[in-house]
Amino acid sequence: MASNLKFSDDALTVAHKIISRYPEGKQKSALLPLLHLAQAEFGGWLSPEAMNYVAGILNILPVEVYEVATFYSMYNMKPVGKCVLEVCRTGPCWLMGAEDIVKYLERKLEIKVGETTADGMFTLKTVECLAACGTAPVMQVGETYHENLTCDKLDTILSDYRNTVKEPISHFAKKHIKS
Amino acid sequence: MGKKLLLEHINVPGIDTYAVYREKGGYASVEKALKMKPDDVVEEVKKSGLRGRGGAGFPTGMKWSFIDKKTPNPHYLVCNADESEPGTFKDRYFMQHLPHALVEGMIVSSFALDAHTAYIYIRGELLYVYHILEKAIAEAYNAGWLGKNIMGSGFDLDLYVHPGAGAYICGEETGLIESLEGKRGNPRMKPPFPAIQGLWMCPTVVNNVETIAAVPHILNMGGEEYAKIGIGKSTGTKLISACGHVKNPGVYEIDLGLPVEEFLFSDEYCGGIRNGKKFKAIVAGGSSVPILPAELFLKNAKGEPRLMSYESLADGGFASGTMMGSGGFIVMDETVSVVKNLYNFTRFYHHESCGQCSPCREGTGWMERVLHRIIDGHGKMSDIDLLWDVQSKIEGRTICPLGDAAAWPVASAIRHFRKEFEELIQAQQKVKDVNYLQELVTA
Repeated sequence: MASNLKFSDDALTVAHKIISRYPEGKQKSALLPLLHLAQAEFGGWLSPEAMNYVAGILNILPVEVYEVATFYSMYNMKPVGKCVLEVCRTGPCWLMGAEDIVKYLERKLEIKVGETTADGMFTLKTVECLAACGTAPVMQVGETYHENLTCDKLDTILSDYRNTVKEPISHFAKKHIKS
Repeated sequence: MGKKLLLEHINVPGIDTYAVYREKGGYASVEKALKMKPDDVVEEVKKSGLRGRGGAGFPTGMKWSFIDKKTPNPHYLVCNADESEPGTFKDRYFMQHLPHALVEGMIVSSFALDAHTAYIYIRGELLYVYHILEKAIAEAYNAGWLGKNIMGSGFDLDLYVHPGAGAYICGEETGLIESLEGKRGNPRMKPPFPAIQGLWMCPTVVNNVETIAAVPHILNMGGEEYAKIGIGKSTGTKLISACGHVKNPGVYEIDLGLPVEEFLFSDEYCGGIRNGKKFKAIVAGGSSVPILPAELFLKNAKGEPRLMSYESLADGGFASGTMMGSGGFIVMDETVSVVKNLYNFTRFYHHESCGQCSPCREGTGWMERVLHRIIDGHGKMSDIDLLWDVQSKIEGRTICPLGDAAAWPVASAIRHFRKEFEELIQAQQKVKDVNYLQELVTA
């Protein structure tokens, strides 16, 4: 199926810079970083069209992209809200009250883990250890870590996002995609 | 107060910039190395006794000496910055504040290994650190420490950062290599070891961030001097990530050999248990290592005080000891249910199993389900033996150590806290009995 999806000129420049870091013939190595770029460029998730597009850039089979994209937890396989709240639920964060954080968010946003608010603003996800155990409990949004979380802090964080975020926030922050 | 090497300058304002880092003596080890023969650099690292800081503790100099020198294929150095062992956050802290220190270590180590291309594989969640490293690398190129003919020595090196995308298994070195090749992070069968056939089937060394970061200090002070820090075969300093119920969580650099009691209770380090609670148990080296009850952690089975060293923490084997692991120090106070904590860890390993080996793929899920029914009020006494049986059939039967890492927490929790499992199951049985009697009465 033909698709009109393509990277912005800036993203394409970044993509080619990344591809040039691997020896000739080994361009498939650029797959993970390019999927991060694609997720940033195409609304925070990887549609089949987005994955096919990346396969085309790297000159590999679409299935080589699908099998990789579904293996790694950071790639979203369905549409998400503008802010994806990724709450760590592993060991040390659990010890420090991550369960309460998740419950509080579920109540406040009126969604369950894995769901998106009706206004398309927030998606709630639980993730595994974010390497910030000393400042647990922790939540990641895009490239930002929110540490030593409390319910009070969450209120402020959520209202800040609600008031300021217009474009979807991605792990590969848009500010880094410029040539 | 121990010797600070890695974190000496971490609080200097602007230390993440080239100018400040250089002013503080940064890149001196590169100047020194470039005047030496690569093999002599390897020799210094061997003399230092440095052991891999990612978890396995394998001697770094020996790992380097395995690299295949006869092949016409290029050599690669890959830095493992896929820090994802629960309880461990030292590498994130280090890279974020001292990116140039990692770049410096990568240059010296690449020179020793005759590698002309090197990668830092950083976990995808740390994309913000990816950009910090990219900036440091760009500054290093500008200053002539990377690229062609570095400082007129004739040595060429290109250094790149590569992001992962969320997978614990990519911290295993062959899983990491697969991932760096743009594939699923399925670990490879060994042999061949990466030093013979690694990245793109070329000789490759994979080292942890902290290991690479120690190399400049070894060169600057000399391997023999470095080996004087520490105790026995645990030489040098180690970064410990302290978390859980301690007063002062954070990353600490200690001289190996520090008494564990001092590390846990002195105000210079963890400051003891918070909120006046009692110390119950600890997972001292990241989630994979055996859990120990407080008494067995502070003193070994012979009653001798334990030290923060590879040997002392492992004293007593798995019967009464644990492991240094990655230095992820997860402290639990008296309020923690060991069974519920174990359920959390086991759920993690099930989630992170790559699925190649049946014992791990099926076994981790099985253990998760059994533990879930125990904490959910449906456990049976026979479940404890079932868990023991399943974990014993995972350990040692998988391609990579994720299977072991999932089995050890279960084995050690049962070994040291069997009573807690029994009490939990009994208490739930009592509730069920009461409910049943009430039903009979009201019927």
